[in-house]
Amino acid sequence: MNERQDVLDRAWTDLEAVVGREYVWPASASDAIDGLQPTRIIVPGTAQEIAQVLQYCSSAGLGVIPRGGGTQIGLGNRPQKADLILSTERLNRVIEHAWGDMTVIVEAGCTVEHVQRTVGEHGQRLAADPRWPEKCTVGGLLATAESGTLRIRYGAVRDLVLGVEVALPDGSLIKAGGKVVKNVAGYDLTKLMIGSLGTLGVITRAVFRLHPLPVATASYSASLSSAGEAVRLVLAILDSYLVYTGLQVRADRADHISVDVRVEGIPESLQDQFEKLSKIAAGCTFAEAVRDPWKARQELFATPGSSLICKCSVLPSQIASLCDVVFRHAKSAEVAATLVAQATGVAEVRLDAAPPPSLAEALKNLRAEVNRLDGTLVVQQCPVAIKEALDVWGTVKDAAPLMKQIKDKFDPARMLNPGRFVGAI
Amino acid sequence: MDSHLISEFRSIVSDRGLVTAAEQLRTYECDGLTLFRVVPELVLLPASGEEIQAVVKICHRERIPFVARGSGTGLSGGALPVKGGVVIGVSRMNRILEIDVPNARVVVEPGVTNAAITAAVSAHGYFYAPDPSSQVVCTVAGNVAENSGGAHCFKYGVTTTYILGLEVVLSDGSLVHLGSKTMDCPGYDLVGSFVGSEGTFGIVTRITLRIIKKPECTQTLMAAFNSSSEAGSAVSRIIASGMFPAAMEIMDRLALEAAEAAVHANYPNCQALLLVELDGSAREVELLMDQVGPICTLCGAWELKLAKSEAERVAVWKGRKAAFAAVGRISPNYLVQDGVIPRTALPRVLGEIDRLSVEAGLRVANVFHAGDGNLHPLVLYDRRIAGQEQRAMTLAEDILRLCVEAGGSITGEHGIGEEKKQFMPIMFSAADLEAMQRLRSAFDPYELCNPSKMFPGTDTNFQRPIAYEPHPIEKAGLAQRY
Repeated sequence: MNERQDVLDRAWTDLEAVVGREYVWPASASDAIDGLQPTRIIVPGTAQEIAQVLQYCSSAGLGVIPRGGGTQIGLGNRPQKADLILSTERLNRVIEHAWGDMTVIVEAGCTVEHVQRTVGEHGQRLAADPRWPEKCTVGGLLATAESGTLRIRYGAVRDLVLGVEVALPDGSLIKAGGKVVKNVAGYDLTKLMIGSLGTLGVITRAVFRLHPLPVATASYSASLSSAGEAVRLVLAILDSYLVYTGLQVRADRADHISVDVRVEGIPESLQDQFEKLSKIAAGCTFAEAVRDPWKARQELFATPGSSLICKCSVLPSQIASLCDVVFRHAKSAEVAATLVAQATGVAEVRLDAAPPPSLAEALKNLRAEVNRLDGTLVVQQCPVAIKEALDVWGTVKDAAPLMKQIKDKFDPARMLNPGRFVGAI
Repeated sequence: MDSHLISEFRSIVSDRGLVTAAEQLRTYECDGLTLFRVVPELVLLPASGEEIQAVVKICHRERIPFVARGSGTGLSGGALPVKGGVVIGVSRMNRILEIDVPNARVVVEPGVTNAAITAAVSAHGYFYAPDPSSQVVCTVAGNVAENSGGAHCFKYGVTTTYILGLEVVLSDGSLVHLGSKTMDCPGYDLVGSFVGSEGTFGIVTRITLRIIKKPECTQTLMAAFNSSSEAGSAVSRIIASGMFPAAMEIMDRLALEAAEAAVHANYPNCQALLLVELDGSAREVELLMDQVGPICTLCGAWELKLAKSEAERVAVWKGRKAAFAAVGRISPNYLVQDGVIPRTALPRVLGEIDRLSVEAGLRVANVFHAGDGNLHPLVLYDRRIAGQEQRAMTLAEDILRLCVEAGGSITGEHGIGEEKKQFMPIMFSAADLEAMQRLRSAFDPYELCNPSKMFPGTDTNFQRPIAYEPHPIEKAGLAQRY
């Protein structure tokens, strides 16, 4: 115990020498991860410093929790070790916006909103819309691979990234990909890093491809009384010539469902798009959305409390079955449920209940049903007690040994977010 | 090879799946890059994933290196056999297993050709977006290995964007499933890691991919310019105006001459031709195409021609896609390069290529995906003239260095393979390459899958032919090079 304390005390002094005294902060209760209390927050000022910190922690055997804006810090299993939080908040610059090339190079701690403001000056945007863009950092966006409502048209976050710079546990600072939109030189380590939840390295910089900001945007919603009808409508839209940039199903009861459609383009074509939409919708009526329906993903997280939020991924045609399953189990467990599904088949579901045991029960049943649909369920936020009872990622089948191999090669000391990712990697 | 081993392989793949005759083995001595040749010990053509698995298990037990092969159309020597190794061809596994139109998913065996997917879903109004020029013959497995692109990836993205799930056999013979039919399979993005690994991670036995709905309307404009730089500036202006074309391609005079001779696409007679393709809703395409013309004229275009019918459009693209092969008509030999630069560097880099070309005394034809800055300079030479091939290779390397200095890449879609492995350090530091090796060793700790490719300093003992020899399939008149 005392020996451990000595290691930590020495570490803080040594790390002060790396990042500067004023950037080693004591951690407070609000920095705890699933009840685990880190001792310090280390705030390096450069990518090199991040690499040095990782190298130090690797050899000293310290558990490191990388953190950007902290919007998704609850994602993952309970860490096995959390000695310090490594914050990227000082790496917050947009390095280069090559607007003629429609690319932007940004540091990991830069918020998504800051990126959007900068590239927006030239009529461009990063076609990603994570929750809380004013807090969500680029590094966090990539580590969690959170894709929002624009994905249906512009692809997942992984499809928007051209390259990354990553600090590895051995202290090296590597570059993967590049800054051109087409590049197949070497292995695609960019893809490996995106969505790896900071378990292989810490992303310090990213290059994105950009898209033009639409001149005009319109969103329409329709109300339906069954999930079956809603999904029939969604499939008809998917199979049409409509150029939508958002397509979503929202439900808070089995018989209270909305379908939202967003179209973008030049003003002259929007009317044309609306007419097409009305024709496809046949029986039901689309009206201009009064409240911004695309904030629904974020609103799921708005009120804390004894809630559980999970991401269920099924095929688009299975969204109706998913709705049925969610509301059936919610009813029998006496929990309230809200569902926001993108037409990609990725749905986010919130379950509310007073006593956590019924939540855990509902979750277990829901996961079994989703797995029966060949889908996956990942818990995004839940009370710590539930994390002790199950793996938030579910089970990974025959690829699990390969993932473990990769982790061993990049982080042999298991110091980055230890235990948090799939199979307790 | 030991006769017991050969019979063991035969017991798995049967006579039909075994190639042992010397003259037949020569068919597999190279891929689309004929510069390097190695005759394999044996070629195996399994008919199922189980057979691939069984074959690989033997290779693993005996530590025999193997190279997977689709149709052999790759342009960087990725399917070049390795000395003492076997080739495992997937061409017999060419069934489309499942077409799920409502969910826009297709499941295929590895030997299905790229174009066969679009052909199978076209009646439903869908297509498979990545469109390498060799799409009629190249296999999806080869596309997965090389992360193939095509003319339309500026808007639609490359192969990796469309692959959701892979079933693969690793070098120890184990079968693993990467990704899934649904999005966001939990865990590391193994599909994203595998795609583009050029056959060094394992052999694909089954692929789940995404198709997309055909746009309502597609229009292609040809604009004739007096120089590639003018055409390049039109590209920048079109982008700056907020448009997002499906494709933008430039061909210079030499490439045009060749393509015209080969396909009679009816291109305007000019120094540089720009193709701009817009797609989307009919109304929007019409309104935007009205803006593209004047932008081109402003940048110096003196003739605009809109491909009106579908037949005209097909002819325009046929010429473009045949351009590489067509260059064979105007030069006995040529090297194809595949560097990428930031689009805004186009005019400067094209000027530099001209200068290098004059200095080297060799002609360079340019065909390129201008939207994404992917150049395809074709260095023309005559191997029969002493020293020309060496000069051509030096020129090609200088062009790649130029691309990297401009902030680009040494390959946009052809891959590193055998051809460019020595150039990797131009782009990547020792630490970058070391990180890639870690990933490789996680997939293939035995270094049996396509060893000696992609990374510098590994020797393949390839043989360079003394005089130019076309590929045996070319000689037989069964195929031409793209």
